[in-house]
Amino acid sequence: MQYKSQAVAKPYFVAAIGLFVGQIVFGLIMGLQYVVGDFLFPALPFNVARMVHTNLLIVWLLFGFMGAAYYMVPEESETELYSPKLAIGLFWIFLVAGALTILGYLFVPYATLAEMTGNDILATMGREFLEQPLLTKIGIVIVALGFLFNISMTMLKGRKTAISMVLLLGLWGLAIFFLFSFYNPHNLVKDKYYWWWVVHLWVEGVWELILGALLAFVLIKVTGVDREVIEKWLYVIITLTLVTGIIGTGHHYYWIGAPEYWQWWGSVFSALEPIPFFAMTVFAFNMVNRRRREHPNKAAVLWALGTGVMAFLGAGVWGFLHTLAPVNYYTHGSQITAAHGHMAFYGAYVMVVLTLISYAMPILRGRAANSPRAQVLEMWSFWLMTIAMVFITLFLTAAGILQVWLQRISTAPLSFMATQDQISLFYWLREISGVIFLIGLVIYLISFFVKGESRVGAQ
Amino acid sequence: MSGTFTKSMARNIFYGGTVFFFLLFLALTYDTNQALPKRDNSQNLTPEVIAGKKIWETRNCIGCHTLLGEGAYFAPELGNVYVRRGPDFIKAWIQAQPTGAPGRRQMPQFHLSDKELDDLVAFLKYASEINTANWPPNIEG
Ligand code: HEC
Ligand code: HEM
Ligand code: HEM
Ligand SMILES: [Fe+2]
Repeated sequence: MQYKSQAVAKPYFVAAIGLFVGQIVFGLIMGLQYVVGDFLFPALPFNVARMVHTNLLIVWLLFGFMGAAYYMVPEESETELYSPKLAIGLFWIFLVAGALTILGYLFVPYATLAEMTGNDILATMGREFLEQPLLTKIGIVIVALGFLFNISMTMLKGRKTAISMVLLLGLWGLAIFFLFSFYNPHNLVKDKYYWWWVVHLWVEGVWELILGALLAFVLIKVTGVDREVIEKWLYVIITLTLVTGIIGTGHHYYWIGAPEYWQWWGSVFSALEPIPFFAMTVFAFNMVNRRRREHPNKAAVLWALGTGVMAFLGAGVWGFLHTLAPVNYYTHGSQITAAHGHMAFYGAYVMVVLTLISYAMPILRGRAANSPRAQVLEMWSFWLMTIAMVFITLFLTAAGILQVWLQRISTAPLSFMATQDQISLFYWLREISGVIFLIGLVIYLISFFVKGESRVGAQ
Repeated sequence: MSGTFTKSMARNIFYGGTVFFFLLFLALTYDTNQALPKRDNSQNLTPEVIAGKKIWETRNCIGCHTLLGEGAYFAPELGNVYVRRGPDFIKAWIQAQPTGAPGRRQMPQFHLSDKELDDLVAFLKYASEINTANWPPNIEG
């Protein structure tokens, strides 16, 4: 570790991994409810499990991003963090607020929770991904502002690199677009229109800046390639991202009541969105091939390359699959969407956070890299989780194609529920893949506790 | 990526491109807002519809159902359920939950009053009359 204050990243990473486990457990519960409809009903209705699953995902990724920033920015800025105390304080606030929110979902009826937390003053709840009570939403904004203040002040007093600028821009964008979650007009079309300013402009906009910055940072460290080269690539990639991705929001405006010209704007620009993801893959492989050093942390290199490939597959290929308006007319809101959502979130954001954790955690624990035995285990978990996610995606895609055919295209369309019965085999297969994913995750956890000689000391 | 294309050129293209396309997006958003009243059925945003939307949100219906294709994929599309089933069926259905059919996906009992049920139906009727460019492809949603 070059700067003492980087150590504040550690609790953030630990919390991220802990919540990740919770996310997967609830995913498996829902996967079972898909085929055994009354499983855990009425104690845990599907919608509650879903809120927990998706909100844990977002919260642990945010923990991961914040930990990453606390680790990276002092090193990039060549100075200690502005206030390590603030970082630790915000960590506890965020963790407690997050835990209370999840407990609220689980143990308080949602309508009561809404009443208790001020939803009558400003109604923001009950929209997908933005289910959090008003108080939690305000808490998120406060934590985000404190965090951004800390990171921005650190950068201001130190060196300003392209990587930390891009990271900061992404993080500010994340906070600013979240503010649209407070805007919930009565007009359903407008509600949906601006809802995507949080969801789409996050994952296909500002979060990609964070993704690029994290990947660039790790690549510099593990390959020793010249910073000038890597930072130039970074700018090119994020240019492509925002040039395509901002107008690409239109791929969500086809069928929600917005003007029909969005079918053109959305199709054309979002069809170009895979390009930056492709560039990111080429970038990662290129840098690793041109490496000037053999970094002892092989697992981190694997995660970095995996991020490039899986983000391209999940976001680029599976996104393109259903993004053109004539295709989306049939696939909109089907299991195809779920297939894409899973692989894209995993390939891009889960994997990049795990890349950074893989690189930084050994250093935070006082060594350049883990022992070869621990790394082998970590690489096993990489392959198990990644291959399981590929299969989850393939099975959901098969389910989706059949669903679209039976329910929307065939000349004698089946009802929604009758269609679900027909395709339950694929839901069973998805659930089995999910169990493999969980096994991979358990091995990942174990890899942190494997001892063994580490050949290289701390940097 | 030759020597003539420098990092500062890349950075300037990034800022220029981002600002340009963001402004274009804002312009399209402005135009959309101008055009919406012809499509979004906002003339029918009655107090009942507004109350119905709030019931929809505070019961988290979106956690199982899609509405105009967005939400969860566990239960039927409800953007057109008013057309598919009609108001009486919807009210009777919600009151009759859960079905308790073994192994079948379940919908909770929400204990809604008559007034609340009427508001919810008004909201679903309003949603079904938004001009969605002919989506969904058929009545099954
Ligand atoms: C826990 C999941 C869940 C939640 C939450 C939920 N539903 Fe349902 N709903 C279902 C399922 C599953 C079905 C199909 C059940 C069946 O066919 O046996 C269904 C069916 C329906 C139907 C009949 C659709 C048709 O085409 O026949 C209506 C109407 C409906 N729900 C309205 C609502 C409303 C309104 C809310 C919110 C107040 C809501 N649901 C919340 C799971 C849910
Ligand atoms: C890492 C980046 C991405 C992530 C994390 C992601 C995630 C998601 C998620 C979770 C949804 C479902 C939203 C909902 O619940 O309604 C979704 C929808 C969608 N995504 Fe992505 N996505 C990414 C990139 C892309 C790209 C690059 C494209 C296009 C090439 C794309 C095209 C789509 C489309 C068309 C939909 C709408 C599906 C529908 O009509 O139901 N996505 N995405
Ligand atoms: C490993 C086992 C997993 C299982 C069995 C599982 C299952 C599910 C189920 C059943 C849903 C609800 C689908 C619906 O709305 O009907 C869902 C939603 C979702 N899950 Fe998972 N999940 C798993 C892992 C993951 C992982 C690792 C991620 C993140 C990378 C993830 C991200 C999401 C997202 C973003 C949604 C919302 C999707 C959308 O709206 O399109 N899940 N998951
Ligand atoms: Fe999108």
